[in-house]
Amino acid sequence: MGRYVVKRLLQAIPVLLVIATLTFFMVRLAPGGPFDEEKKVPKEIKERIEKHYGLDQPLWKQYLSYMGNLVQGDLGPSFKYAGWTVAELIGSSAPVSLMLGLLAMLIALSIGLPAGLIAALYKNSPVDYFAMSGAMIGICLPTFVMGPLLILGFSSGMGWFAPLGWYTWSDMVLPSLTLGLYYAAYVARLTRGGMLEVLSQDFIRTARAKGASERRVMLKHALKGGLLPVVAFIGPAFAGIISGSFIIETIFFIPGLGRFFVTSALNRDYTMVLGTVLFYALLIIVMNIIVDLVQAWLNPRTRLE
Amino acid sequence: MKPLCCTLSLLFLAACSRPPTNVEAGLETQVLHFGNGAEPKSIDPHVGTSVGANNIISALLEGLMAEDPRTLDPVPGVAERMPEVSTDGRVYTFTIRKSAKWSNGDPVKPSDFEFSWHRMLNPELGARYAEFLYDIKNARRYNLGRKCDGGLWLFNTRKVQTAAHAAEWAKLSEPERNATFASLKPPEDSGAKPTCPFCKKNLEVPAWDDWKLADVGVRAHDANRTLVVTLENPNPLFLEKLNHYSYFPVHPPTIDRFNAHIRKDTKWTHNAGDYVGNGPFMLRNWAINARLETERNPHYWDRANVKLNGVYFYPIDKKDTEERAARAGFLHSTQSLPAHRLDFLTRKWPTHYKAEPYLGVYFYRFNVTEPPMDDARVRRAFSISVDREQLVKYVLRGGQEPAYGLSPGMGKFEAKARYKFDPAEAKRLLEEYIAEKGDAGRKLLENVELKYNTSEDHLKIAEAIQSMWKENLGVEVALLNEEWKVFMSTVEELDYQISRMGWIGDFRDPITFLDLWVTGGGNNNTGWSSAKYDDLIARARREPDLAKRFTIYNQCEDILAAEMPVLTIYFYRKHYLLHPTVKGWHPTVLDHHPLKHVYLKATD
Repeated sequence: MGRYVVKRLLQAIPVLLVIATLTFFMVRLAPGGPFDEEKKVPKEIKERIEKHYGLDQPLWKQYLSYMGNLVQGDLGPSFKYAGWTVAELIGSSAPVSLMLGLLAMLIALSIGLPAGLIAALYKNSPVDYFAMSGAMIGICLPTFVMGPLLILGFSSGMGWFAPLGWYTWSDMVLPSLTLGLYYAAYVARLTRGGMLEVLSQDFIRTARAKGASERRVMLKHALKGGLLPVVAFIGPAFAGIISGSFIIETIFFIPGLGRFFVTSALNRDYTMVLGTVLFYALLIIVMNIIVDLVQAWLNPRTRLE
Repeated sequence: MKPLCCTLSLLFLAACSRPPTNVEAGLETQVLHFGNGAEPKSIDPHVGTSVGANNIISALLEGLMAEDPRTLDPVPGVAERMPEVSTDGRVYTFTIRKSAKWSNGDPVKPSDFEFSWHRMLNPELGARYAEFLYDIKNARRYNLGRKCDGGLWLFNTRKVQTAAHAAEWAKLSEPERNATFASLKPPEDSGAKPTCPFCKKNLEVPAWDDWKLADVGVRAHDANRTLVVTLENPNPLFLEKLNHYSYFPVHPPTIDRFNAHIRKDTKWTHNAGDYVGNGPFMLRNWAINARLETERNPHYWDRANVKLNGVYFYPIDKKDTEERAARAGFLHSTQSLPAHRLDFLTRKWPTHYKAEPYLGVYFYRFNVTEPPMDDARVRRAFSISVDREQLVKYVLRGGQEPAYGLSPGMGKFEAKARYKFDPAEAKRLLEEYIAEKGDAGRKLLENVELKYNTSEDHLKIAEAIQSMWKENLGVEVALLNEEWKVFMSTVEELDYQISRMGWIGDFRDPITFLDLWVTGGGNNNTGWSSAKYDDLIARARREPDLAKRFTIYNQCEDILAAEMPVLTIYFYRKHYLLHPTVKGWHPTVLDHHPLKHVYLKATD
């Protein structure tokens, strides 16, 4: 397994280099530069600023020097925030996004899995309908509606939580819940579907015929197989939570990477755009490897390689 | 669903007592929670350029002059009294307070100001707001000039200042001078450096050490605590400009320590302790994109009158988020409000809602280099067919003022209506144009486009004006939106017919609006040019008498109204929420609220 992981990681290197190259040239194609502001400055001054950041060089030279630095692990300075490097900005904001993602995932699983299991167990009963309607509402209610609703109820209304920010532990509750409930809905539906499929298979009938208790059938025999679709969903979803948390981070004013991901493109902060894109690419690659490993463990029919 | 209920009820239990909000706690702690708009790129006074940067920098640093919190008139800041001014109005002598200290206890010296202005003007730093200091004699020369062996030249405009070769220059005839100018700029991309036409040596950008050579009009005398500033031209508004952060001092030993003389990307502004300031507050902690905390500066000369214990700045760039935060008692003040909430807030939150006159104008530019907008009659027709009263009343609904001129009223300058809504006259002008140009003219008018940067608010205004043009002129104008940075380059390349823009004044002098339109100005972007206008602006800059200046400004406004390179729409209002417990905060047209006068007290 070690060899497999190393091999997958090595395969990722050319992928990342291609992504870096494409992104490098794509951000440069967009009109407007990082130092264009509403109020124009004399040409001489703008030239000085661009020279300082090496933007006066021909594009291919800039590309080579960027890639040279990248290979050495240097993501360069942010063009927007004076004195901050891209690595510093990612270093301070990525843990926030990861924490938010982890908490949201935890909530999604701790609500979605039991709900899906119960729904599968009491198939086509009022309990099932209730859980699945709840899940449907969860899926249909976008985070930008859910977030403000939760703020309205628990912050403006009850005053239990701050309406925004990421300063104390209690600040984490509302955003994680907003994001978690949304994914819980998916997890519940996928769990129910996966479980129902497995429960209809022959080996379950065999287990029941041998007199295994319903509890044992569910947890010991069916669960592992029933969770496969959930696992396949969680990996990419986790990467999606991290990169797609822009909306949550904006609603709740969380200093995460999602906000940089969007604003750096609007600011034409070239190095920051590249840094965040590469970070996400790496994250998705790693998540996919983990998913493959977990799937191989859950399902004896798939093997690594 | 059972687990969901369990989780929720657990959460309820975990947080059953309601903690005090920031606003409630503020009465006790005297900490102001300040919504500050987008995170500034820097809080170095020589690098930052935004409104948000201004708010923070003004808390951390103080200039020679401070401002009255109600009238914004200059009052002594670091200077212990109003300066002595020479009879020709060009030489100002400031005396620095003995009690003025940096936040680490060092005394604030006159030479600190000379150092700071030296750094601001140093071309290698590339400060964006360096032009604010061009009022000072020879400042422009040091900032934009080129030097050859001991001489300094200024050659980005037709005005030459020489420190070397003055005798040779004086001997040249007009054609020879023109040839010299031409030779100063090597062909683009040739890589060749321009050379001095007299000594044939390369022309270089002035270095840090060329400060004395450039002879910039600043002299510090630390022994008797005076700073003597000589201006290029007498300027009745100079003292007020000193309260702009581009004139604020930085702590020279700190700049030394971070080697930040000519570098804008050092870390001296990032951490408490490193950011040595001389303002009423000092930096406590800066978590970028999250919160910037300040606390009271124990060494500030006027500390006895500072009432707040600290100000926390929140870089919330989303207007809806900011509004929610203020309504939940998290923020004392917001930077802005979503336009679609103004109506609701006027009705439901009258005690918090503010709509105050603000020094800004919203306008459309015409590209006068292309037909049909090259014809002043067409521009005028488009302008006077816009019913600004209706627009302000039914579309904007935030108490804005219709603009029938460029500069909003400020101080003693009055904004006069220079034309009025007149659809009949507009129609007549357009018919006259079509009669003259025939079918070609008609065709041109069928293909007019209005470009604006993507935003709901701009779209709403554009749609209203589009329908007014259709109704009053019978002209169908297409609307096109572009992302902000794309839009800026479109406008700069004059790749438009009509484009929207807003402009906020930096100080209370109409020149901040009027000098946009001088020939070749970096922010003109209309292609419009008038020798008479340029001449008036140049005269205004030299005029020491404020009343006479205003007369000239009025003449400029009249030229703009006659030629109409811009279609002004409305004068801004600053819309924000302010908690009633915030005292000592007054409405001002620059949206300046000097925080040293602010305090928190329960309303009776």
